[in-house]
Parts: sequence; structure tokens; C-alpha cells
Amino acid sequence: MSGPNSDYDPVEVTPLRAEQVEAMLDSALAAIEAADGLEELKRVRIEHTGDRSPLALANREIGALPPQARKDAGMRVGKARARVAQALGRRQQSLQAEHEARILVEEAVDVTLPWDREPVGARHPLSTIQERINDVFVAMGWEVAEGPEVEAEWLNFDALNLGPDHPARTMQDTFWLEPADGGLVLRTHTSPVQARTMLERTPPIYVICPGRVYRTDELDATHTPVFHQVEGLVVDKGISMAHLKGTLDHFAQAMFGEGITTRFRPDYFPFTEPSAEVDLVCFVCRGQSPALEHCRTCKGEGWIEWGGCGIVNPRVLVACGIDPDAYSGFAFGMGIERTLMFRNGIEDMRDIVEGDIRFTLPFGLEV
Amino acid sequence: MRAPISWLREYVDLPEGLRPEQLANRLTDLGLKLEALHAPGADIEGPLVVGRVVSFVDEPQKNGKTIRWCTVDVGPQHNDESGSRGIVCGARNFADGDLVVVSLPGSVLPGGFAISARKTYGHLSDGMICSTKELGLGEDNEGILVLDAALGSDVDVKPGDDAVELLHLREDVIEFEINPDRSYALSMRGIAREAALGYGVPFRDPARREIPPADGAGYPVRVESPDGCPVFVARTVIGFDPTAATPMWLARRILLAGMRPISLAVDVTNYVMLELGQPIHGYDADKLAGPIVVRRAAEGEILTTLDGARRTLSGEDLLITDDSGPIGIAGVMGGERTELSETTSSVVIEAAHFDAVSTFRTARRHRLPSEASKRFERGADPLLPAYAADRVAHLLVEYGGGQVEPGITCVGRPPAAPTIAASVDLPAQITGMDIAPETSVEHLRGVGCAVTVEDRTLRVVPPSWRPDITDPYDLVEEVARLVGYDRVDSVLPVAPAGRGLTHGQRLRRRMGLALAGAGYVEVHTYPFVGEADWDALGMPGDDPRRRSLRIANPLSEQEPAMRTTLLPGLLKTLGRNVGRAQSDLALFETAPVYLPRPGAGPAPILGVEQRPTEEQLADLMAAVPDQPLHLGVVLSGLRERSGWWGPGRTATWSDAIECARRAAATAGVRLAVRSAAISPWHPGRCAALMVEGAVVGHAGELHPTVCQAYGVPMRTSAAELDLDAVLARAVTITPAPQFSSYPVAKEDVALVVAADVPAASVAATLREGAGDLVESVRLFDVYTGAQIGGGQKSLAFALRFRALDRTLTEAETAAARDAGIALATARHGAVHRG
Repeated sequence: MSGPNSDYDPVEVTPLRAEQVEAMLDSALAAIEAADGLEELKRVRIEHTGDRSPLALANREIGALPPQARKDAGMRVGKARARVAQALGRRQQSLQAEHEARILVEEAVDVTLPWDREPVGARHPLSTIQERINDVFVAMGWEVAEGPEVEAEWLNFDALNLGPDHPARTMQDTFWLEPADGGLVLRTHTSPVQARTMLERTPPIYVICPGRVYRTDELDATHTPVFHQVEGLVVDKGISMAHLKGTLDHFAQAMFGEGITTRFRPDYFPFTEPSAEVDLVCFVCRGQSPALEHCRTCKGEGWIEWGGCGIVNPRVLVACGIDPDAYSGFAFGMGIERTLMFRNGIEDMRDIVEGDIRFTLPFGLEV
Repeated sequence: MRAPISWLREYVDLPEGLRPEQLANRLTDLGLKLEALHAPGADIEGPLVVGRVVSFVDEPQKNGKTIRWCTVDVGPQHNDESGSRGIVCGARNFADGDLVVVSLPGSVLPGGFAISARKTYGHLSDGMICSTKELGLGEDNEGILVLDAALGSDVDVKPGDDAVELLHLREDVIEFEINPDRSYALSMRGIAREAALGYGVPFRDPARREIPPADGAGYPVRVESPDGCPVFVARTVIGFDPTAATPMWLARRILLAGMRPISLAVDVTNYVMLELGQPIHGYDADKLAGPIVVRRAAEGEILTTLDGARRTLSGEDLLITDDSGPIGIAGVMGGERTELSETTSSVVIEAAHFDAVSTFRTARRHRLPSEASKRFERGADPLLPAYAADRVAHLLVEYGGGQVEPGITCVGRPPAAPTIAASVDLPAQITGMDIAPETSVEHLRGVGCAVTVEDRTLRVVPPSWRPDITDPYDLVEEVARLVGYDRVDSVLPVAPAGRGLTHGQRLRRRMGLALAGAGYVEVHTYPFVGEADWDALGMPGDDPRRRSLRIANPLSEQEPAMRTTLLPGLLKTLGRNVGRAQSDLALFETAPVYLPRPGAGPAPILGVEQRPTEEQLADLMAAVPDQPLHLGVVLSGLRERSGWWGPGRTATWSDAIECARRAAATAGVRLAVRSAAISPWHPGRCAALMVEGAVVGHAGELHPTVCQAYGVPMRTSAAELDLDAVLARAVTITPAPQFSSYPVAKEDVALVVAADVPAASVAATLREGAGDLVESVRLFDVYTGAQIGGGQKSLAFALRFRALDRTLTEAETAAARDAGIALATARHGAVHRG
């Protein structure tokens, strides 16, 4: 605050004249507008609002005016200074925004640079498809039963109506464990898990039995000595082939898509009677081949052989302690490799078993 | 089983124009599975005609061969102006006037062999005289086919006749995969019967023939083991011409059915077996010594079978013998000594019924599956022998001359068929189809059963050719297949509420996902290993992991054992990937290992007539080996790649440990580690993995010699974890943690200890010494070097302190820290670096 001005004749205080103040304001606003950077704006701020700026100097002169003139001049200068400050603020904001935007532009990177620093892994599709199958049945209230791969001969054969002199027993191409009369085999199917389940539980029984099984086949494009099966078993009151068909239709649709149906044809398994082969309508040509173009997936048959099934032979129920007059059951079994090969168009079994990561990686974490 | 359709049509009037695939499909719907359709001769194109050799000139050639320049009459429509054709022929097994098969220019022989007129040996050969092989009729290559001999005298043919039709060159053959329960379908009789059922047309049974009653006056036979041989029929043919040729049609049918024509006598026995399903054996009557006796073998008796093999017999084998000893293994294979030969003029025909189980055991014991044993072990028709023997005798005489001796021997009587009782509602109940009792009766009669109905109960006697029908559910299948499996409804059964996946199943799934998410690739490897693996893994001779289960019949003699560790399979898979130029690899497998139970006895073979007792079941389960689930991991190359972001990071022993810990963590289990020295790991870079003080696995870098042995990169790391042991300790309910909301106090502490002091022990000591106020202790640096001297290392820890109920003072924090240091000093000789 300056003291009373005694040296000047108020009439001579020209900077406080309206047009003078107006000119100072215009000059300041123009300079603010012209500032094209934050540095420039800082300079303009000092020039037009600093202690030595014309408006600051003019403000200092107000005290020298006669009291009656002070009010007008004060208002004039005050308004001008407020407008300058306002303009400065606006300009500061806009230049700041421009500045920040420019930094972001300058900081841009090439987002297409490779991102394979962290290794990617994958589940084997055999595991994933088994889990998917489990989910289909668990959703219906079934349970997943498991059992050992090195299995008692009695559970793998005898309990399933495959007595020691059954011709079908030689069809199974069994790996026997030493000593040869030790009663142990590498299970040839997951059916011993069915037998175990029936021995352990009482009906109603609704289980699937997925797992690894063994046959003495050499590895080639369509065979492997070590493969996977999923079997299903239901034992309940009043179970018929219609329930078997209903279950397999549902299973087929869950695995291969809406509208896929199954077909039964007579077959033979010692543990089921009646027995059937289950065929799937080809999910590629939908049974249109051979009427349409020759389909590669079903080789023009319109149907794909999927597995075996049937009504549980009452002799099996008896051996497992279930009353065949009170209960009936059905069972089915499918090769998981085969299902996987159809579903994903895998043409060579060796790709599934060799463990080449180029085969497995694309399956990633699919569920 | 291959069935020529023209043969089937002899017994059943199939619809005209029925295509082979239609018939095959219909029969498949009835239970005879289509294996393949064959159309031999489908590629033959005419003109392929009968020709008569009018004359020929033998012309020796410079190359030493002699060719025949033949004038052949091929019928008026094919002869040229001279009334014949000139044909060059290399064979010489024919004479003037012989009838032969001529393929004329423009014709195509089997295999796409096109015939044209061509200049050869100075003549224009206007066609070709064909051999058996060229016609696709077999391997006989003695020369060209002479029709007079092949067709027999009763066939009326003349030059110009179509040879394709005459010789059945073009045939449709359906090959079936016959299931073990359908033994009757191992014959034309059985397949034709099914076809007649399938099309609702009459069936003419080839076994239905008038035969004279047995009088016991045929070749003497004594059956000492009627359990193994309920029926034995013998007929004799004498004065048979052993040089007589098999008629063309018969040889052709045998060939089409998948067997090989050999000689008339043998071919006739095979033909009747194919026709009726009854295996027949022929003996050279002049080589038989005394009566035929059917008995069990004496242990160690020797027989040379007609395949030339000397076989040592077991006491269970059923034999055909004469005074000289064994002359055949009943129902399996005949002996060499009494074999039919090119000099046999008297034939004793054996048509017997042998027990299925006895035949099965013998054929299996001697690894001798034969056409005969295949039929007996599945169950033959016990009523057939007399008819089949009669049929053989008459065919032999018809084509080989001689006469059938009037005496007929028939020992024993066919076993009686059982009567099966079943509710009339059973077929409907079990199939879920709407099947009226009358329908069941009709279909059961259709397949040959005798059926009566009393009190809503079916009483069924199956026909002699269906020994597989024994149980009520067998009747259901017969009815169901004839009603049609396509008529079964689709009804989803409603299961009671289930318990979902088990905890273990959920954990395994989550573990797989966690490891895949961490960059590991899952593999499934074969569990077969061998001695070489134990050696490659550097296992000492007494390593318990060498004690493995062995396979009696392994695929490879090098890998006869079941794995006790997952590492061999994983290392081979790693090596395979490295061999295919993959360098950064992290693989895992979850699979069981197979551990023999020391002292476990054999797994008992229990009865099946009722549920075994709990004790029996316990014995059974106790004999089954332990098969704990393991997790195996192998890593090599970079765990993190190098790239524009900077250098990569090589996978090390610590990644293997981390992987095991990560897997255990999915089950809420914290693994502790301590150093260990066990093969196949590097003795200084191996950790034992522990839960609650028990070792549950190992992890670390592999021993260099192991890497070398498996051909995997040096410094490959691996882990193996007993998942069953880990999952048994899985946390099912995690208690809520308590944590403080007061400010944290941080202290860094550097301790110098001897190089062999485990960092984990020092950390645990610091924590213990610092007491309850410690929130965490984290090792953030390990330093070795000049500043601290040799044999020492400096461990830098970041400690965080907090109390649940207050803000700690500086003095409290310092006191806690100092207490930790003091304990580390006392326990590990740690020196605090200020």
C-alpha cells in the first residue's frame, strides 16, 4: 500500500484515464492470447501482472487521486486486473492440457512388439475333454468314479461275465503282470471301476468312470497301447434301453452340438445284454453323406462308430451283489481319444501321445 | 467271415436288385457287423470268352524260350474271317482241342490289366490265353487255365461263351465281423438264415437232407471223454481219385470265402464247413491204425500237427488217437501222419461236436487258432455232424469218384437244449419298447426257438445252433434286434442329487490349470520303463524305485516294467521336443506310479454266483498294488525369454522347486524344503519337499550324467511330487487371517553366515527370535564375495513388524529385531553387518 501521494498533481496522473487502462488491458489480453507455450505465458504473466507491470503501476497511482476520483479509478483498474488474471488462468489451463497431450503423444510405444516374455502353457486336450465329459454328467447328478490301472483280473474280467474260458477274453489283448498267475492285469477297460462301484455302493447308482486303459496294440495312426475311456453305469429301478438312448443322445449333443443323435446297432459284450454299438450322426455332414458330397469325417457313411453299450447283464449284477429282479441297469463306454479325434479333427493318434508341445499349446487353457 | 452273395442266394430268395450294401446294412441291423464289402472282378471288362485251341506250333526263340503260336476258336461272334484267332502263348500245359479262357483285345483283366492286339515274336497276337492268376482265381501258376479239367465233364460250354459268368469272376462278397455270441453266422447257412429273417422270406436249410440212420458199422470209434466230445460221426469214402481236380465253382467259393483251395478232399471238407458251420476233418483211411479213440492227452505226449509243428500236449488237451498214438488235437488241428495227401484214395470223415471250453483252452494253450477251433470254441450246432458228414461224403464221390461206404458210426448224443423261462413282459420292460407278447413269440420262433406261453411266462427252447441263448435277457436281445434297435425311444433318466466332483477331483483339475497358467505344458506319457531307465537315472542297485511291477507280455522287451517315477517318460518327451528344435520347455504330467506290495499274494479269482464276502473282497483289494498319483515336472532352456525388454532368464533348480510349491499351494499346502542328495538330481542342487515333516517329493537340477543319458540339455531341472500325499493334507476350510491396521515398522538386517547354512533356517530363526511382533521376514539379497571373505555368505532380510492392537514404538521394534539377530547368532553363528 503506497502512502498518500503528495508529489503529484492528481490531474497529471494520466495512467488512470479510462482509455489508458483500456489500452493496458487490451495489450495484456493480446499478449496472453499470443502466448504459445507455458514458458511464454510465464513471461507474459510477469510482464502484465508483475510488480512492474503497467496495471500494477496504475494501481499504485490510485492513492494519488483525489478521493472523489479514487473509486472510479479503483474499479476500473481492479476490473482490468481481474480480467487479465482470468485470461491468464484460462490460457494456463489450455496450454497445460496441450502440453500434457503432447507428452502422451511423445510417449507412444509400438504395442505390436512381441509379448512372449512369459511362457505360455497348456493342458493336454485329453485332460480337458475328460473334464468336460465329467461336467456333462455331474450336471445331471451323476458322480465320477475312479479306480486303479493295475487291476485284479477278477474285477477286469470274471466279475463282468468274462469267465476264464470266455472267447471274448482273447479279444481283449491284455497285458498280464508277472507272475502270470498273480491275478493282476493292466485294466483293458474302465469297467472294473463299475464293478468296484457296484460292490461299494447300493442302487441307485449313476456314475461315469473315465480313465487310462491298456491293450497290446502297437502305436500307429489309429491305435495306441495306452489310451483313455469313459464308461457310464446306471443301476436303478425300471431302467431300460430307452434311458440308455436318452443319456447317450444328451451326451452326444453335449460333446458334438445340438441336434446330434445316436443310433444303436446290435453288438456283443459279455457284460451287457442286449448290447449295442452306438453310432453318432456325423457332425460334419449331419448324415447327408453320401447323398451330398463324400464326407471325409464319416467316410461317406453318414454315421460314426462311437462306442459300445447295453443293458447290464444280470450275471454282473449278481456277482456284485445287486438283486437283478429288483434292479436293472445300463452301461456304455467310449474311447476318449476317438472322441477327441472326431471333435477336433485330429488325424493321427501319434500327435496325441507324443507330447510335442506344438500339438498341445494351441489347446491352451480351454475348458 | 466272407459271404459271397450268390452263395447266400442259394438258400434265400433275396429281393431282386438288392445292392450288396443294402444287404450288408440290413444284416448289420440284425447283429452281423459289416467289416468290408468286396467286389472281386468288378474291374473286369469283356470280351473274356471261352476258346478252343484248334492247333498250335511250338516256336523256339533265340532267348531260349519256346512260345506257342496258337489257332484258337473263340466263337463265331469273335472269330476273324478265317474262323479263328491267332494268339501267342508262353505256357505249354494244354493240348489241341482244350478249352481255355481268352481275353480278346479291348478286355481288361483284374487289376486293370488291359489287353490289346500286339506284335510279338513275329506274330500279331490277337488276344491272350489266361492263367488262373491272371483271372484273379488264385495263385496257381503252372500255366494257363484249362477249362476241361477245371469244370468237370458235366458243364456244357462252347467257344464264345462268356467266361466271366462261367467262372464267377465277378462276385459281390460281404465280409462280416462275427461276434463271439453268433457262432452260427460263421457259415453260409447261418448268414442266409439271418438274411431270410431280415427280409421276411423263406429259408432253405442246406443242412436239411435225408440221411440214413447211423448203424455203428462205420469206422470204429471209441469216445473216452464224452464231456469233451459229446458227438462223433464217422463216414468212409473208398475208391476216391486223389488226382481229381476241385471243380471250378467250388474252388472259387472257397477262395471268395477267404480260404485257399488245396486239393479236392481238403476243399470239400472246407466247403462244407463254410456252408454249414460244422468243422470236418478227413483222415487217410490207409494211414489209420486201429480204431479212433477220443481221449485226453497224457501230460507230455507229442504230436506233429499238419502245420509241421511238434507240439507237447497237456493233460487237458482232447486228442483224436489211433493205435499209433495221437493223430489230431480235437477240434483244433489234425496230425501230420494221417493227413490227406495226393495218394489218398480212402477217406475217413470226422464230423464231431467238441466242447467249447475244452477247445478254447487247447487252442489258446497251443496258440493255434484255426477255422475249426474258432467255430467250436464259440459253440457249434451239435445236431449237425451227421448231416455234414453225409454232405462231405457225397461231394467227394460226386467229384472224386469212388463210393460212400454204407456203415455210419455215430457215438454219443447231442446235449439237450435248456428251457428258458421269462416273463412275457420282460422284452418290453428292458427295451422300453412297446412289445406285445405275441410279437416276442413270433420273433423267437423266427430265430428257431420252440416257444410256449403259460401264466404270462415264456418257456423257450433255443435251437441247436444257438448255444449262446441261455438267459432271459438273451431272449430280450433276440426280440429287440428283430423289432429293431432303431425303435428304442430316447428318455433321459433322472438321477438323484449327486455330490458333484470329489475334493480330490476338483484339486487335480485346479492344479492342472494352475500349472498350465504358469507356463507348463501337460503331457501324457507311456508308463513302460526298463532297466535302462533305472541306470540312466543313476539309481543305485538297492534303490527302492527299482522294485517295479513287470509285464509278462510287454510290447518291448526293453520296457517290461511299470514306472515307479514319472521322470523317464517326461525326459524322453523333453528329448523328443528338443530333437524337434524346441528349446524352451516346461512339461508336466500327473499320473500314477505303480508300486509292488512287498509280500502281497496273488489276487484271488473269486466266484461270480454271488457277491464275494467282505473278507474275500478285502483280500482282493489288498493284492492290488499301490498306485499313488504323482506330479512330474521337467524344465530346460529359458523360463523367461529374452527380447526387446531385455535378457531372458534360464530355468534353474529353483523353478522346479517353485513349480512343486505352486502345485501344492493349489491344495492350500505349503511345502517346506531342505537339501537332499538323491538320484537323478545333482547332489548339490536337490531339495527334498516336505509336508508336516514327511518327504513328499524332490526337486532341483538333474545330475549331468542323467541329462547325458536321456539326451536332454545340461542343467535340465525336474521335480516329482507324491500328489496323493499332498492332497491328503489339503486344506478344505481356510481359517480367516488376522492382520493389523496399525502402521508398519520396517527393519533390514544383513547377517553373515557360513556358506552351507540354509537361508530358510536363518529366516525361520529370525522369525522365531523376533517373536509375535514380526509380520513378515523376506530374504531380498544373497551376497558372496571379497567383502565378507571365503566360505561365508551375507543374507539380507527385510523384516516388517506390526502389532494387532497398537502402533509399535521404535524401541519395541529394535528390541524384537535384536532378539532375532541374537538367536541367529547363537544358532547359526551369524554376524550382524551393521
